[in-house]
Amino acid sequence: MALAAPSRELLALFRRSLRTTTLSRQPYRSRQCRRAIATYAHSHHASQVSILPTAVDTSSADYKENKRSMDDVVSRISALHARIAQGGPPKSREKHVSRGKMLVRDRIAALIDPGTSFLELSSLAGFEVYPGEDVPAGGIVTGIGTVSGVTCMIVANDSTVKGGTYYPVTVKKHLRAQEIAQQNRLPCIYLVDSGGANLPHQADVFPDRDHFGRIFYNQARMSGMGIPQLSVVMGPCTAGGAYVPSMSDESIIVENQGHIFLAGPPLVKAATGEVVSAEELGGGRLHSEVSGVTDYLAVDDAHALVLARRSISNLNWPQAQSSTVMKTWEEPLHDPEELHGIVGTNLRRQIPIHEVISRIVDGSVFAEFKATYGSTLVTGFAHIYGHPVGIVANNGILFSESSLKGAHFIQLCAKRGIPLVFLQNISGFMVGKDAEAGGIAKNGAKLVTAVACAEVPKFTVVVGSSAGAGNYGMCGRAYSPNFLFLWPTAKTSVMGPEQLSSVMEAVGKTVDPELKARIERESEATFSSARLWDDGVVPPSHTRKVLGMGLMAACGGSVVRKETNWGVFRM
Amino acid sequence: MSALSGLRRPQGFAFIFKANGAAAVRRNTSAAGANTPVFKPLTSVLIANRGEIALRVNRTASEYGIRTTTIYTTPDAHSQHALCSPFAVNLGEPTTYLDGDRIIQVAKDQGCNGIHPGYGFLSENPHFARKCTEAGLTFIGPPWQAIEAMGSKSQSKDIMTAAGVPCIPGYHGSNQDPEYLKAEAEKIGYPVLLKAVKGGGGKGMRIAETPEVFLDQLASAKSEARNSFGDDVMLVEKYITKPRHIEVQVFADKHGNCVALGERDCSIQRRHQKILEESPAPHLPEEIRQDLWEKARAAALAVGYEGAGTVEFIFDNDTGEFFFMEMNTRLQVEHPVTEMVTGEDLVRWQLIVAEGGKLPLTQEEIHQRILERGAAIEARIYAENPDMGFIPDSGKLLHLRTPAATDTVRIDAGFVTGDEVSSHYDPMIAKLIVRGPTRQAALQKLRAALEEYQVAGPITNIEFLKRICVSPAFAAGDVETGYIEKHRAELFARQPAAPEVLAQAAIGLLQQEIQAQSADSIFGVPGALVGFGTGYQQREFHLTEPAPDGTGEPTATTVRVRQTGPSIYTVSVNEADYPDVVATFDTASNTITSFYPHTRLATTFIRDAERIILFQQGRMYRLQLAVPKWAEKALGIKDVANSVLAPMPCKVLRVEVQEGDAVEKGQPLVVIESMKMETVIRSPHNGVIARVVHGKGDLCKAGTALVEFAEEGK
Repeated sequence: MALAAPSRELLALFRRSLRTTTLSRQPYRSRQCRRAIATYAHSHHASQVSILPTAVDTSSADYKENKRSMDDVVSRISALHARIAQGGPPKSREKHVSRGKMLVRDRIAALIDPGTSFLELSSLAGFEVYPGEDVPAGGIVTGIGTVSGVTCMIVANDSTVKGGTYYPVTVKKHLRAQEIAQQNRLPCIYLVDSGGANLPHQADVFPDRDHFGRIFYNQARMSGMGIPQLSVVMGPCTAGGAYVPSMSDESIIVENQGHIFLAGPPLVKAATGEVVSAEELGGGRLHSEVSGVTDYLAVDDAHALVLARRSISNLNWPQAQSSTVMKTWEEPLHDPEELHGIVGTNLRRQIPIHEVISRIVDGSVFAEFKATYGSTLVTGFAHIYGHPVGIVANNGILFSESSLKGAHFIQLCAKRGIPLVFLQNISGFMVGKDAEAGGIAKNGAKLVTAVACAEVPKFTVVVGSSAGAGNYGMCGRAYSPNFLFLWPTAKTSVMGPEQLSSVMEAVGKTVDPELKARIERESEATFSSARLWDDGVVPPSHTRKVLGMGLMAACGGSVVRKETNWGVFRM
Repeated sequence: MSALSGLRRPQGFAFIFKANGAAAVRRNTSAAGANTPVFKPLTSVLIANRGEIALRVNRTASEYGIRTTTIYTTPDAHSQHALCSPFAVNLGEPTTYLDGDRIIQVAKDQGCNGIHPGYGFLSENPHFARKCTEAGLTFIGPPWQAIEAMGSKSQSKDIMTAAGVPCIPGYHGSNQDPEYLKAEAEKIGYPVLLKAVKGGGGKGMRIAETPEVFLDQLASAKSEARNSFGDDVMLVEKYITKPRHIEVQVFADKHGNCVALGERDCSIQRRHQKILEESPAPHLPEEIRQDLWEKARAAALAVGYEGAGTVEFIFDNDTGEFFFMEMNTRLQVEHPVTEMVTGEDLVRWQLIVAEGGKLPLTQEEIHQRILERGAAIEARIYAENPDMGFIPDSGKLLHLRTPAATDTVRIDAGFVTGDEVSSHYDPMIAKLIVRGPTRQAALQKLRAALEEYQVAGPITNIEFLKRICVSPAFAAGDVETGYIEKHRAELFARQPAAPEVLAQAAIGLLQQEIQAQSADSIFGVPGALVGFGTGYQQREFHLTEPAPDGTGEPTATTVRVRQTGPSIYTVSVNEADYPDVVATFDTASNTITSFYPHTRLATTFIRDAERIILFQQGRMYRLQLAVPKWAEKALGIKDVANSVLAPMPCKVLRVEVQEGDAVEKGQPLVVIESMKMETVIRSPHNGVIARVVHGKGDLCKAGTALVEFAEEGK
């Protein structure tokens, strides 16, 4: 009897929540219920194969220490974001509101659909970049939000920050938003309220390829590709800025508030002696009734945003997701909040990457590929909010085997059209005589070739360090991932400060005692994010949500699957 | 013999009537003129009515195997009574319920052998009753002669006086000279009541408190009577200042039996129409009760009555005297109260009597039943706005939830969710009747049942009924017909919504928007915070609680809702903050269930355009979405404070002001008519009339501007 009918207690052993050992991926099975012949495995048992267990002991001293230190960092970064989210100085904000204008973040809140999330990008842009000048968020808010059911790129000037003028970092952030929009085919909504180029910085704003002019080039090109461009003029659009609405498919202007002109009243007076008011020169009524520069006239910000939502609803934008996206999913079995205690802030310690993956993917289900080969790189299939993804995650230094395994797995994903998620924590490829003799250079190159050529959406999250060629093999910024995010503890540099110093000494240079500290500072996440080397710093526990938003942006709308053509693999 | 016969008990004379005058009348009016009535079984009956009473009649008739045919008009084609029987005939125009000849023809065509007239419409029309009889159809009601005798107020009083039934002092003569009537009023003594002889239901009725207002009131009453009945002959009566309305349900058969099925106190009235009826009448000494019953039977017998009738008395609370007012020769709206206290089916009794059977119970048995069964009370649920003088409302029933019906809780309704309460007909939606061992128990039950009664769509009197239920004087049985007026301050006190109500409204609005857009949701980080930012999920909801009477200042509140997870919200209302409210919205039942830090609230949430209706913890709340600032300029929406709107679909009878007139608050602006009722639209504030939008005779929809005020400073 007992053999035929396993007891309730034994069955309970199959419950995934009870499984706590990492030593055995296979659930413990007692002799009594093990079957010798298995022509039939119940799907419940079959599914156990892929569920990641956890070995985290939340009461351990290590965990507590890790959590405390990570909590500190997260709350510091959180406070920094909160300060930045206020926008410009209180005086400018008050002045702005007293004119009946909405603050930029309120405009975005009113623009996006209720109950949807807004993924703000690069909030730290411009942070401590310009000595003596505070440019919160680089004076421009960019991000991905859902407007009338359509996933859009929103680019909104914050005129409470230096009058919304374009600093070099503002231009960079605007262009990065357009790049994301183009790569992911996201309709663009520009909430324009800017005084144009920041004149003292004109040399870093105006002349080069990726400067101000590129904004309009991008608008024209995207419009040509069928990516809609919509402008809402809620403040000044002077000189070059006038081209934002003028180059848009549709434009909305707020009367007695939005102005579009190539030269403002003072310049006109200086040039021709003509005295004219801003409203007469380029106001909403003029452009909507006479010049035809704008298409819709709004009475205030709220009305303009209602009209913008209406315009988006008329894009006839495809809503379909890939048929392989599952309609339902389960949250991870293990709490993402535990990542703080798992990871900590000491990057010298190995991050148990399976624990991280199990807190990012649906139901903590991870079909690991080549688990026992080249195990310093973990690869496998999973889902995030129902989207199939291939995960490539560092679990140590990259060896030849790990590189080959990574290249193999990326090929699989590229052929199957499965987006790739890179979890970066890499100090580099293995060095030394054995490694070089084993062809680490060519094997690493295979991984780099695979990463560079795979025509599937790619997402990179730097969860630890990002150094050396490992950055390339793990889809660093230069490999154009659709999105790249950092955890607050991430460090990005060609090598660690100690190694850098010793290399410098080895090649006979005297090392500036300041250098180590500088390298330390320059590899910080905030330093990187302030310069747009990434798309933002995210709390570890939100990694899943951020990736979900990214997948929604990269896999929805009018995105079509591309064929991958490989470069030559050096074998 | 019909199937009915088996249900009856042979019955002798229930009592010996002593009213000598009655016998004389009976001999004269008895149509058959014989003491052995012919038994004529009813097999197929046409129900010449609509709404709940048609359904009510259908229920009993069907129960006894009688086929029913219903009639309906075009606006009523989808109403419940038209759907309740497979035999339903469309009469067309909205007024055709009054087309007696047509209905008789339909009854004959359909092979009916009886017509049940219900109440209202043709029920008390002696010509119709006569034509039915002449067409060989059984009119389920009294003989036409009895209807005619009781139909004329002056004639009925003569008969009653002769039968020894006390009548109220007054002039019922034919001299209609206003000065003569005024002189009669002097004789009777002020205050006096002016009443249309052909009137009923409070129409064509006015009170003159002093000789000064007599002539004005007379003109007004005559005008209303002309519009309503096409006849403006008036009577003048003594007006009792603290009266109660007590009526006795009587039943008589063709065998000379007549019983009183207890009395009903219908003192709680508005616009001279009943809204709460109860039995037994509170604080009524037993000997007076027995006297009332006896006088009521005498009244019925005096006119050779058959079937169901109600003898209405005016009861002077101060002296304990009562006077005959009128006899309603039909089954009344409030008959379920009597059914509840007696445990009998009065429609069944009507059918028995119409077939020629004998009354099922004796007077003693009835009395015993009432003693055993306790007290019953009925609340009439109307689509009307108590705060605006009880003006009728109409519209679609967006949401309807009723208390569970039991042996002691009964609902007679004519509508279901989605039905239209038409402005063509009476705005009564339903009747709620409860019974308890005592009056106090019944009242408590009524309040509980009303709290479970949810109607969204047209404005209803449910909230007002709840307030009466808990009004201390009413609970004490201290009733009079002027009750509502007397306790106005208490009954109409404004009770602002609690912050949780506003929070629930905002959550409901947000959830509804979310569900509307993500019907085919493709992605699921709904509303969650992503990344370090927190600034994008907070939304402001500007809600206003309109002044109930439509003239005071609305209360405006801004509710801030920040969504922090798929169904987690942080809500702030004024000074109150509710962090981490877990809320779900069930669209099937329109219910928002929210777990606040301090409590759980389940709220029914209905939104209709900019109106929001909430039911929470037994109370209804009406809120409105504030019009965004840009709307006026962008859409040309004028602030409604500058114009006076038609409160309901109506016809403009008179415009009392001209453009350019300066008016004071409360001054009459326009007189409109809706549902045969005149309503004076008064100025909500002092101001100058800029434009009279609609003139005399115009038909207006609800919400149409009637008069526009000049903007201030112009």
